[in-house]
Amino acid sequence: MRIEDKLYLIGYNIDEEESHLGISDPNECKRCQGRPCTYVCPAGVYSYDDEEEKLSINYDACVECGTCRIVCSYITWRYPRGGFGVQYKFG
Amino acid sequence: MRKNDFDVIIVGAGPAGLAAGYVLAKEGINVAIIERGIFPGSKNVMGGIFYRSSLDDLIPDFYKEAPLERHIIEQKVWFLSDDSMFSAGLKSERYNVEPYNCFSVFRAKFDKWFAKKVSDASAMIINETVVRELILKRGKVVGVRTDRPNGDLYCDVVISAEGVNSFLPKSLGLRKKINANNVALGVKEVIELPDKVINDRFGVSNSSEGVTIEITGPYFNEMRAMGFVYTNRNSLSVGIGAVIEDLVRLKMNPNDLLETLKSHPAIKPLVSGGETKEYMAHMIPEGGYYSMPKLYHDGFMVVGDAAMLVNSIHREGANLAIESGKLAAKTYIEARKKGDFSQRALSAYQKRLEESFVLKDLKTYKNLPKLLEEKKYLISKYPKFLIDAMYEIYNVDRVPKSEKIKLILNKAKKEIGYFSIIKDIFSVWRNLR
Ligand SMILES: Cc1cc2nc3c(=O)[nH]c(=O)nc-3n(C[C@H](O)[C@H](O)[C@H](O)COP(=O)(O)OP(=O)(O)OC[C@H]3O[C@@H](n4cnc5c(N)ncnc54)[C@H](O)[C@@H]3O)c2cc1C
Ligand code: SF4
Ligand code: SF4
Repeated sequence: MRIEDKLYLIGYNIDEEESHLGISDPNECKRCQGRPCTYVCPAGVYSYDDEEEKLSINYDACVECGTCRIVCSYITWRYPRGGFGVQYKFG
Repeated sequence: MRKNDFDVIIVGAGPAGLAAGYVLAKEGINVAIIERGIFPGSKNVMGGIFYRSSLDDLIPDFYKEAPLERHIIEQKVWFLSDDSMFSAGLKSERYNVEPYNCFSVFRAKFDKWFAKKVSDASAMIINETVVRELILKRGKVVGVRTDRPNGDLYCDVVISAEGVNSFLPKSLGLRKKINANNVALGVKEVIELPDKVINDRFGVSNSSEGVTIEITGPYFNEMRAMGFVYTNRNSLSVGIGAVIEDLVRLKMNPNDLLETLKSHPAIKPLVSGGETKEYMAHMIPEGGYYSMPKLYHDGFMVVGDAAMLVNSIHREGANLAIESGKLAAKTYIEARKKGDFSQRALSAYQKRLEESFVLKDLKTYKNLPKLLEEKKYLISKYPKFLIDAMYEIYNVDRVPKSEKIKLILNKAKKEIGYFSIIKDIFSVWRNLR
């Protein structure tokens, strides 16, 4: 199963107003070696567009594991506001 | 000075925070537990084997009413190579009698139930609220700042039970940044199957008996990774935990890893025909004893995963969280008698933990994370040799057994080297002493 299909199975209470993920210096992404955020994230939140030379962050899919923040110090990570974000049925 | 809103504020309603809250509330202490999820458990994940004894000590016979899946009567370890599986394990009728050793659980259900017990004991649980920082006065922790309007709350002591993504201990300088060698990423799926099918596939006689399979071996290509398959009543929990440094080094996508594990010839028949109901991910603090932060500060204590209290070899975490939560609560109760919440008074928490099985166990394995970091091949080379040796022994091809044994010994000499074997055995022995 692809990640995209699995994400449909997860309940989220999406915060439409603010993203809890960001990049402190987007220029770093241009010269980043290997761009680990694009493959280690279990929810495929990060993708890099080579043409636009830009990292895009699909923050609504985030399951709040914290892995991206361990692999890259340019990612500004915080918890979504109280009550927002992932909501497991089983866990 | 502003009056306290509570005696104790606990950040996080996982097993660690709930256990601490339960002990405090039972003593009539005015305690609040702040949880960012919509309800406790809504953001929590585990493989999910829950060991009874630490919680039983708090809530005797809890297992009779808690939402549990199956009690575990057989625990297996599977060593996988690409095309083979070598199995070891124990099934015992002694695990099949009450009060049972451990159970499979779903955290979203289990934590919610536990939280109800804790609020019934008169702790206040404040959901949908994130603690953003600590409030300090002359270096002493005196409260928390939440993301609510006018959301400052004051207390004698804050207990950090935030789990692996904790940042309050770091904000006090109790630890440095967590590094990619000290944490694993766990991904898991819940795959629904009729209970009868599960009973047949796992060889148990009814839907309350359960089986666990831990998966390791050369299949993971020298990655510090562990797979697992656990039986729930009407589903299987199938997952992988892999050290993040290895995921990055080998450019691995965790979902791809899980998908290939599900298609391994030994795993596929177990999950076939099942329907995936949920996919989830969470980090596991696997760095062990040496990765622990300092556990106390003026007006502050750290419990559970926030304190890195996980024994990854035995996949124990939730029970250590409960034990540490209990001990922190007891430390507060002692300190309160003297009205002293300084770090000197709270250092008794560290002592209590040292005397408990929690730190005794973490000390036993304290060198293991480092050993596996340096000798990643240990997890693949020896199981691979074992699988190949067993294959030779079972494969009857008219070669006499004496020659097969010679062949196997030659392979050991060539592929690993007798000297290396002795060195490896010695280093494992020395590190586990
Ligand atoms: C894949 C996987 C498999 C595992 N398998 C097992 C197993 O089989 N058996 C076992 O015993 N253990 C297992 N563990 C480990 C176990 O899950 C943890 O050790 C245990 O959950 C730790 O409990 P805790 O209370 O310390 O933290 P958590 O359970 O993580 O709880 C922390 C709580 O705090 C809340 N929170 C965090 N920060 C804030 C904040 N700032 N403000 C408000 N709320 C906050 C969170 O929402 C959460 O509810 C596994 C872990 C994983 C990831
Ligand atoms: S976010 Fe970090 S890891 Fe990802 S591309 Fe940018 S610099 Fe690299
Ligand atoms: S926290 Fe986890 S799920 Fe969310 S973006 Fe980072 S790696 Fe992906």
